[in-house]
Parts: sequence; structure tokens; C-alpha cells
Amino acid sequence: MNLLELITQPFEYGFMVRAIVATLLAAVLCAVLSCWLVLTGWSLLGDAVSHAVLPGVVLAYALGWPFAVGASIFGVLAVAMIGGVRATSRVKEDAAIGIVFTTLFALGLVLVSVTPSQVDLNHIIFGNLLGVSPEDLVQVVGLVAVCLAVLLFKRKDLTLFAFDPGHARTIGLSPRLLGSILLGVLALTCVVALQAVGVVLVVAMLVVPGATARLLSQSMSRMLWIAPSVSVIGSLVGLYLSYYLDISSGGSVVLCQGSIFALVYLVAPREGLVWRMIARRGPRQQPLEADAPEKTAV
Amino acid sequence: MRVRAQQDSLTRNNRQDSHEAALLIEGLSVDYGNLRALSDVNLRLDAGTVCAVLGMNGSGKSTLFKAISGVIRPSAGTVRIGGQSTRQAQRAGILGYMPQAESVDWDFPVSVRDVVLMGRYGAMGPSRRPRREDKDLTERAIRIVGLTDLADRQIGELSGGQKKRAFLARALAQQAKVLLLDEPFAGVDTVSATTMIRVLRDLASEGVAVLITVHDIENIDRLADSAVLLRGRVVYQGTPTSVVEPENLALAFGGGQ
Repeated sequence: MNLLELITQPFEYGFMVRAIVATLLAAVLCAVLSCWLVLTGWSLLGDAVSHAVLPGVVLAYALGWPFAVGASIFGVLAVAMIGGVRATSRVKEDAAIGIVFTTLFALGLVLVSVTPSQVDLNHIIFGNLLGVSPEDLVQVVGLVAVCLAVLLFKRKDLTLFAFDPGHARTIGLSPRLLGSILLGVLALTCVVALQAVGVVLVVAMLVVPGATARLLSQSMSRMLWIAPSVSVIGSLVGLYLSYYLDISSGGSVVLCQGSIFALVYLVAPREGLVWRMIARRGPRQQPLEADAPEKTAV
Repeated sequence: MRVRAQQDSLTRNNRQDSHEAALLIEGLSVDYGNLRALSDVNLRLDAGTVCAVLGMNGSGKSTLFKAISGVIRPSAGTVRIGGQSTRQAQRAGILGYMPQAESVDWDFPVSVRDVVLMGRYGAMGPSRRPRREDKDLTERAIRIVGLTDLADRQIGELSGGQKKRAFLARALAQQAKVLLLDEPFAGVDTVSATTMIRVLRDLASEGVAVLITVHDIENIDRLADSAVLLRGRVVYQGTPTSVVEPENLALAFGGGQ
């Protein structure tokens, strides 16, 4: 078997083509979104939303609604509840996230147990990549197109929101609205990624590409190219490995992305751990302009 | 064409100045729960003047700024900016602000030029695609604060004073009519302080009103036309030279209340 056959062989099966397309679309969307999530410190919120959509998914199955509708409702609900608990009580954000997402996830587990035979819990938790139906794929394509369009059109405002919400407000933008846009897209993105890698591993796709790009670039616009590229490469390699080695597709995809991050972490130009350890032995870089010590108050 | 537009806006401003303060604060009180942070503050700032606000930590300086920029809702009183509400003034791009150094994520992947360009966002279309004019004003602002050689640097790779100048350039690019500067001289070297004072005086001579918090009386006479001592309320208001009289400073900084 030559190399070309090795690459094209999986495409002979319709289910594999759909699996690859769905995964790559999810990978690109998650990666673009992850650039803002890692910069706003909202990575954990991605984890929370991906778990919290479970009851929505189960209800949607039971009622015969599209997958995305139920998941979106519960994704938005989870975010609203986290914000609400934090704003109106002494509970801090990390605790609020922990309470809300586990409770909603638990509700999902209970709902699964009372709607027999319709939902396979394993598919939700670990993804059901090889079971992507043509209808599922249409839905994935639609959601990815809408989410990417919103993110890219509003990318400068979202970056401003992440960097300096005070200035956003000062020039007449609404930081709350921009935050809501980011969270709304996050909820829809979780729906897309759920099918590909499942609830547990969604957070990897929502964090790893952005974090990797952050190590490789000091420019937001470059990060928005690097993150999807890294994510697509990781996903493709992961899918091929899963096909030929007969291993879990979601696990393999995330493992590949994680490996790329580890590689970048160690040997990235400038930021890489290896170079920093070497640099530490050399002379320290001097700051450009020495600052006068802080003056004492009157 | 642009000269014409500037002239138009100048005449418009002059007409406004005759009867409207650039910033007018009346009876402003702010409470955090049961704690009164600001009490009955009255302050008038005219176009073309610089007013320094002095006070200890916890004197309400930051609260005052938050109330002006609409981050917190006052429990009493009004804030008018160029005769408009804060929200209207913000939509019109009249209000500019410079954050305190501690509130900025200096690791954020933006360059100096990116930050200054953000000053133009309010004037751009919804996708914030910069036009020729936006780019020109950005480069001009960077040049005025003396950061041209460092414009491509990531914002955290500057010294403390250079960082402040970058944010001042953003306010310049925005062409704001009322500027709020929160502790612009904290931890700043002499070169940067001198540059910033020059830029702020130039802005004032062009009709911009500047409200500035300082923790230090140094430079105040070179910088400000008037000064306010704050201690939960306005304890003294006058010229920069009268404010630094020991008995007046004691009102804001002395022991006991």
C-alpha cells in the first residue's frame, strides 16, 4: 500500500468522510473561539457549558427537536445561572461554575435513565464521530458557518472586550453584550464539538489550540490563524491514527492536540521551556528604559 | 475636506463652550451597600482646562471616575458630559479614558499600534476596518507621544512610562473632548512624565478638558489649571498653588477626620 492510498483509503467510506468533515469543522470553530477563551480566562466556562448542555441534548432527543436547540437553551441557561449566582451571592465564580455545571450534568444523567433506549450516554460523553448522519452534518455545517461569521465579523470588538472592557464601554460599546455574544457562540460551539469528541473532551478543543497559539505568537491576528491550523493538523493526524490503529477517535484527536501543545511548550521560539532554560544561563536582558522608583505619596 | 470638518467641529464646540461645561457633576453621591464612598460632589470642568484630583487611597478618586464613566450607578446626583448623559457622550466618542496600570493585562497579544488603533474603533464601521484617516491619526498619535520606534512591540515589552504613553496615544487618536486619566504618573520615569505633561497641555490648548487623578503633588503646578482635594467629598477646591498649602493638604491627607 503506498502513501497516497494510505491517505485516501478512509475516504472510501461515507461515514468516514462525514466524520472527517465534522471533526475538522468543529476543530476550526473551537480553535478560533479558544483564542478569546484563553485570553479572557474563560477556559473553565467552556468545560462548564459543554457539560451543562447534556439535559438539553437528552430532552431534544426525547421531544424530537434538533439536537442544537435543546443544547443551546441549556448552554445559555447555565451561563446565566453562573453569572446570576456569582452576582447575587457571596459565592465566587469558580464555585458557581462548579455548582451549576455538575447539577445540570446530573440532571442530564437522570433524564438519560428515564428515557430508555433513545440516547446512548456513551455517545454523548465520548462523542459518536463515526455515527454522524448526513442530517447531523448539515446541522454542523450550518452552526459552524453562523458561529464563525459572528466571531470573525466581531473579532476586533471581542479582542477589545477581552483586553480592556473599560475602553469598550467608554467608546459606547456594551461589554455585557460582547460577553454575551462570546458565551452564546460558546454554547453553540459545544453542540458542534459534542458530536465529534463528546462532553468530556470538548474542553480540550476549546482550550488547547488557543493556548498553543498564545505560546507561538504575540499578535492576536496571527493567533487566529495559528490556532485553527494547529487544531486541524492535530485532528487530522488523530483521525488517521484512530482509523489505522483502531483506537478511540475523540481520544486520539485530543491526544494529538495535547502532544502538539507539549511540543510547542518545550521548543517554541522565544517562549519554549528549552530556550528559556538555555537563556537563563546567559546574561539577562535589560529593560529598554529604566524606570524611576515609584514616588512616595504625599 | 478634513480641515473643513475640523473647523466645523471647532465652531460647534465653541458655541457649546459658551454655555455648557465640558464636564458638570452635581450633587453626586455613591454608596457601596451601607458604605458611603462619595458624598455630594460638585465639580465643573471647562473645555481647555486640566483639573487634578488629589486624595489618599480610598478617598473616592476611583469611585468618582467610575461614576463619571457609568461603571457604577450613583445613588444621587447627575453627571453631564458636554451637556449630554454619560451614555450619549460615550456613543458620540467624546469621552476618553486611560486605565490604571494594575487593571491592564500586559501579557495580552496586542502591539502598541493595535492599542492606539483601538482609540479609533468608535469612529469605524461595525467590523472595525480601519480607513486611511484612522491609520493616519493612529500614526500621528504614536509620533506625538514619542513611541514611533516601538510601535510594533507587544504592549508588555514597554517600560512603565512608555505603557502610559501608549494609552495616552490611544486617547489622542480617539480625539476625545473629555479625558479621564487615572493615576497616569504612577511609577513613571521623568522622560515619560515630561512628555505626558507636554501632550496634555497641548490637548488643553486645543480645547480638550482633562480630569486626572494624582497621588503626588510633584508636577501639579506645571500640569493643572485647578485642583480638587477629595476625601469622600470635596474638601478643598482651588488653584494648584493654593491646594499644596500645608493647611489645605492636611484636609485631605491629615490624620483624623
